[in-house]
Amino acid sequence: MKPCAYHQPVQIPDAAKLLTSIEDSKLLAGGMTLIPTLKQRLANPPALVDLSRLGSLKGISGDGATITIGAMTPHAVVAASKLVQAKIPGLAALASMIGDPAVRSRGTIGGSVANNDPAADYPAGVLGLGATIITSMREIAADEFFLGLFETALEAGEIITAIRFPVPLRAGYAKFKAPASRYALVGVFVAKFADGVRVAVTGAGPGVFRVPPMEAALSLNFDPSAIAAIKIDTDGLTSDIHAEADYRAHLVTVMAKRAGDAALV
Amino acid sequence: MQISFTLNGRPTTVDVEPATLVAELLREQLNLTGTHIGCDTSQCGACVVHLDGLPVKSCTLLAPTLEGATLLTIEGLEGAPGSNRMHPMQEAFREHHGLQCGFCTPGMLMTAVALATEKKDLTEADVRHGLEGNICRCTGYQNIVVSVMAGAAAMNAAKGE
Repeated sequence: MKPCAYHQPVQIPDAAKLLTSIEDSKLLAGGMTLIPTLKQRLANPPALVDLSRLGSLKGISGDGATITIGAMTPHAVVAASKLVQAKIPGLAALASMIGDPAVRSRGTIGGSVANNDPAADYPAGVLGLGATIITSMREIAADEFFLGLFETALEAGEIITAIRFPVPLRAGYAKFKAPASRYALVGVFVAKFADGVRVAVTGAGPGVFRVPPMEAALSLNFDPSAIAAIKIDTDGLTSDIHAEADYRAHLVTVMAKRAGDAALV
Repeated sequence: MQISFTLNGRPTTVDVEPATLVAELLREQLNLTGTHIGCDTSQCGACVVHLDGLPVKSCTLLAPTLEGATLLTIEGLEGAPGSNRMHPMQEAFREHHGLQCGFCTPGMLMTAVALATEKKDLTEADVRHGLEGNICRCTGYQNIVVSVMAGAAAMNAAKGE
């Protein structure tokens, strides 16, 4: 790796200041995407701003109706959290499927959501549950947050501090993973609330997206077999070395059904 | 920058460039070459070490992260104090032919020990899921899985004594 400056602020405003004052500097959370990117020299920031000393960004709390997960909370902690397992088991399951044990020890929810990799798992959970992204400046609804390939609503110098999830009546996640990377070839999160169902898909296109026809069908009757006949248009879906768009479209339906089944367990 | 941490039970202080990977620090500066670098792209798991008890890939970890932490590498694995034996997981790998060329073995062992420490009654499915981040290019995984199951059982038995 190329040498670069390294900062370990202990207060969020200091981190934000470093991020805006040093042009092209990068925030370092768990580093599971950023460090490989630096090693491949796909990025060459003059400075890294390490968020690991910001203790206020870690931890999970709940108030009955919501669960709030600090941005620097690793996947393994979310997967093992009794609170998340009890209130949103589908989200704990999603966290347990990310990468491998070593990745889950280090990778964080905030890093995953801020990076918005088109095949990452968390964006499906965040959009599927209609979560709220809490930043150093404001709160952003998931529906307004994810803007496509690696793009989010985050402004320069804005840092995710936590994600707040509403507790659903039921929720489930299913993914068909790429065997080498264990990223989602297609992953679908299904969540049922008193006012309707949300279905969010990751891996299939350039960014996470919802599937209104499936949401309508499941809102009428939460029977996963009801969506088995709903096909997804291949327009805008990804075709690459791993899978063609029509295969991904097929997988969306299959994974949505499995996520629905998982929600019923 | 100067970093102080506990390495295999010993207080250690090193002077490193912040952009140093822990795998490089271990192998090139501290001469602990048991931690292997296979793919260097975070996929193969040959470089797994324990950071504060959790398995992590040392090729995807920057040295400043170690400040104040406890690091265990393959060199720090050992059997019961005074027994002059290998760690039960290492003995299980030997007993059940859990390795062929041995390149992936340090990472396999560190992941396996973490897995067996985290959960008491491991099923074969748990072991296969838990080894997803460790790649072996020699043998396939059958004997590795058998070894991990046996090593985990031996660790539990040792704890019960």
